[in-house]
Amino acid sequence: MRDFEFVKPATVADAVKALAADGAQPLSGGQTLIPTMKQRLNTPERLVSLTGIAEMKGVCKGEGGLHVGAATPHAVVARDAAAYYPALAALAGGIGDPAVRSRGTIGGSLANNDPSACYPSAALASGATIVTNTRKIAADDYFQGLFSTALEEGEIITEVRFPIPEKAAYVKFNQPASRFALAGVFVAKFSGGVRVAITGASNDGVFRWAEAESALGANFAPSSLEGLNLSGDDMISDLHGTGAYRAHLAKVLTKRAVIAAS
Amino acid sequence: MPKDGGIGASTKRREDVRFLTGKGRYTDDINIRGQAYAWFVRSDVAHGRIDRIDTSAAEAMPGVVKVFTAADFAGVGGIPCGWQVTDRFGKPMQEPKHPVLADGKVRHVGDPIAVVVADTLEEARDAAEAVVIDITELPPVLDMKAALSADSPKVHEELSSNLCYDWGFVEENKGAVEEAFKAAAHVTTLELVNNRLVANPMEPRVAVGDYESHSGNHTLYTTSQNPHVIRLLMGAFVLGIPEHKLRVVAPDVGGGFGSKIYHYAEEAFVTFAAKQVGRPVKWTSTRSEAFISDAQGRDHVTKIELALDAQNNFTAVRTETYANMGAYLSTFAPSIPTWLHGTLMAGNYRTPLIYVNVKAVFTNTVPVDAYRGAGRPEATFQLERVIDKAARELGVDPVELRRQNFIKPDQFPYQTPVAVVYDTGNYHATMDKLLQISDRAGFEARAAESRARGKWRGFGVAHYIEACGIAPSNLVGQLGARAGLYESATVRVNATGSISVFTGSHSHGQGHETSFAQVVAELIGIDAGQVEIVHGDTSNTPMGMGTYGSRSLAVGGSAIVKATNKIINKAKKIAAHLMEASEADIELKDGKFTVAGTDKSVDWAGVTLAAYVPHNYPLESMEPGLEETAFYDPSNFTYPSGGYGCEVEVDPETGKVTILAFSAADDFGNIVNPMIVEGQVQGGLAQGIGQALLENCVYDENGQLLSGSFMDYAMPRADDLPSFNVDHSCCTPCTHNPLGVKGCGEAGAIGSPPAVVNAVIDAIHRAGRTDVTHIDMPLTPSRVWQALNA
Ligand SMILES: Cc1cc2nc3c(=O)[nH]c(=O)nc-3n(C[C@H](O)[C@H](O)[C@H](O)COP(=O)(O)OP(=O)(O)OC[C@H]3O[C@@H](n4cnc5c(N)ncnc54)[C@H](O)[C@@H]3O)c2cc1C
Repeated sequence: MRDFEFVKPATVADAVKALAADGAQPLSGGQTLIPTMKQRLNTPERLVSLTGIAEMKGVCKGEGGLHVGAATPHAVVARDAAAYYPALAALAGGIGDPAVRSRGTIGGSLANNDPSACYPSAALASGATIVTNTRKIAADDYFQGLFSTALEEGEIITEVRFPIPEKAAYVKFNQPASRFALAGVFVAKFSGGVRVAITGASNDGVFRWAEAESALGANFAPSSLEGLNLSGDDMISDLHGTGAYRAHLAKVLTKRAVIAAS
Repeated sequence: MPKDGGIGASTKRREDVRFLTGKGRYTDDINIRGQAYAWFVRSDVAHGRIDRIDTSAAEAMPGVVKVFTAADFAGVGGIPCGWQVTDRFGKPMQEPKHPVLADGKVRHVGDPIAVVVADTLEEARDAAEAVVIDITELPPVLDMKAALSADSPKVHEELSSNLCYDWGFVEENKGAVEEAFKAAAHVTTLELVNNRLVANPMEPRVAVGDYESHSGNHTLYTTSQNPHVIRLLMGAFVLGIPEHKLRVVAPDVGGGFGSKIYHYAEEAFVTFAAKQVGRPVKWTSTRSEAFISDAQGRDHVTKIELALDAQNNFTAVRTETYANMGAYLSTFAPSIPTWLHGTLMAGNYRTPLIYVNVKAVFTNTVPVDAYRGAGRPEATFQLERVIDKAARELGVDPVELRRQNFIKPDQFPYQTPVAVVYDTGNYHATMDKLLQISDRAGFEARAAESRARGKWRGFGVAHYIEACGIAPSNLVGQLGARAGLYESATVRVNATGSISVFTGSHSHGQGHETSFAQVVAELIGIDAGQVEIVHGDTSNTPMGMGTYGSRSLAVGGSAIVKATNKIINKAKKIAAHLMEASEADIELKDGKFTVAGTDKSVDWAGVTLAAYVPHNYPLESMEPGLEETAFYDPSNFTYPSGGYGCEVEVDPETGKVTILAFSAADDFGNIVNPMIVEGQVQGGLAQGIGQALLENCVYDENGQLLSGSFMDYAMPRADDLPSFNVDHSCCTPCTHNPLGVKGCGEAGAIGSPPAVVNAVIDAIHRAGRTDVTHIDMPLTPSRVWQALNA
């Protein structure tokens, strides 16, 4: 790891100021950023820690659903969201291991947008709003492909607002080594319709499965998925599974998520 | 039994106090005043010609002491190989040069090219990025069969081909085996891959070299399973340092599993560089570096055929194996697919004719050498898989087919057709025990319950034999070993009766400090707390060969017994003198010497004190003091065996395999510490199940390691494993070592992979998919799904 300057502001405004410097980068739980720095793949000159900013932490009921501070660790979401949004809490409780859950944060996960991460599927399936220091971004506009998001340089996520569905479930199939999602499906049923988001599988990162959404919107039952298939062509193919396998898994997991949510 | 633990007591491991409280002293904990740090610049291509190395920019970087390349090693020996295999035509294997730093060519991703030594690790690493290396890439040699074609590029230009050797065993039987196959009523054939594994001990390798200019003494601190072997190989063959000027210390070592047996370039480098730069030099491997520089395991491609007569008796076995050596010959690599593999191909069975052919091949990959089990897992896997396949083809119970062909209890000692003689065993007993502890009788009901949930349940067995306690030096010498395989011990009794035992074995997780002390305590009848075990430092332990091949108790423990018996004999003479009795009448029991038939006695400490304060002592006939050394060279291997049973559930929708139960019924002969034995079996099972379901070392078509971190290389975790059902009550003691012990360190890793795969195939067949006869390890969800949807 190379030398860097470390600052730990107490407010979003100070954080934004600190990030204006050249080579500055936000640090949240560090579960992704620190390993890349150790490998020298990333060499920020200044790290601006977000974990000392009280307004960016915690889980509470608010306008439009559940508000989760961007610097809230997965373990806290797993505990504090359980009463309001059990599927989201269960997702957070299934990320990584206890150490990762104690440090890693929802903001870091969404900013990173790893194609195999869990949170992006919850945000997209819930139709969440990503709140930053400058604006509010709808999840549908936020995810822009592998490790790529609508965030601008220096922009930080401060909060994520989740509309709470009537029924929801996340079913994750572990990649055997990393235990990130080899495929993961978040199904959320709202009064106005069903949203299905699939992570881990596609070369373009998290995506919505439109056919499944309309079929499940008409009848929220696993049988509605019969006859529907995803193509493996644009799916990730690696030593853990082919695109065809991931496409198949995504369908199986969607069915299981519907059963779990019912 | 002594009150705090003699033979047979499940004494808690005393070393765990320091391991569990963070007080262990590992090589990376050793920091010597003024030490500099080494960072290795390694090849990022699999195969290439080095056109130019320019270190000038790196040399000018802050803190840099010196940058080393192959040019600095002119006149220094290469890394030696410790075993020479003779091929089936009577010719020695092809043995390539293995320079400490790549010389002219790089041969695998990770091959070290240059080393920066600097004041700090970060400075060394910074400067390493400034070393300019121009490489012309060459086509990589990766597929073993393609590597042997005449037009394949060569890994080593100085060799005639990529073939290390073509070995046949028993070559004289080849014709008879062919005849037996012609006469067979049934032949079962199976082609399989034994997947390449990365050992991944918890502690990565570390080496610290130190040199004292006024005395000319070198010291190497290193993560080794056998410090004396490193001293011999590195001192004599690489750096030319005589033993009395070279001390090798392997302090606490955090696991080895074979990968820390070998002599590595980094150890030679720090020892050499410390003298060159006049400062201690330290190297600590990163985990990423371990993936591309620690010797890897397994990697066999095999075709096995089993011939049976009309009554389902095995009449012959024939195998053809391609064994990957990687880019260079690691220390014991040639012996693994040959003498540790071919000699076990009889398994537990009476098969009269066996022919094993092994072609060892050089490729542009990390060298392959022994990994927990070493050759024996590969033998057991193919044999236990082909027997299972035969049973399915013949429509007979796989357990019954095995039992019918087992060597019978009254046939021991049993001469196999593949050179070895099994001294003892009772395979029917271990199989019976297995069926009992695994409740095979209740399986059908459990399978029905799974079916009701849409899951496929299967039960698989495997029965293994292994040759442990390696081994008779004269025998291994004939087989090509360039070392002896005895073990040594010095037992030093102190004046007040406490004892220090110096062993040539090395403990890196095995619990020797506890179990070896139990042995000495039992023999003398004192408390184990009076006995201290010292190991790991060539400056205070007698020349020993170290720990691997489940040999430490069988060979090292036997040396301790021999030395302790010498102590007891001398102590009896002293006791006889003190009690003015005849030596023949002296009895030792519970740490007390008595004169038979009298009430005269003297306790242990009374005798030991007399030995060191010899005021009343037969000085005219005996030396004072009480210290003895013994070397023990066994007359045979030991042959543990056991029956393993695995119960799995397959999710047909996703291909995921879940192990619901795993039972192991082992015969390890006599047992010193049942708790340690159970721990060894559990660890071995975890590794075997890891191989069967999770672990896979994969290179892409360019020779880049795809599974180069824990993000892609799946280590088994606690929740991948069931709660194991381990039994070692079956006991046929070894007949040729004084403790009657057989060794238990590798059994779990040897017996479990075929049991797992057999169970998965059983589940699939029970669901009606008898077309799926084999799936190569690891049986990941995607591979199982692929097999079901081919
Ligand atoms: C062993 C292991 C297992 C894991 N398993 C899983 C898993 O199963 N599922 C899963 O989903 N994830 C998994 N993760 C990822 C982990 O959960 C974190 O979510 C992830 O590492 C990012 O969060 P972080 O808080 O650590 O971010 P950091 O590492 O601190 O930052 C990541 C990136 O986001 C930027 N950033 C951070 N916060 C903000 C913000 N508020 N606004 C803008 N940019 C920001 C940083 O600059 C950096 O570029 C795993 C990680 C590890 C190490």
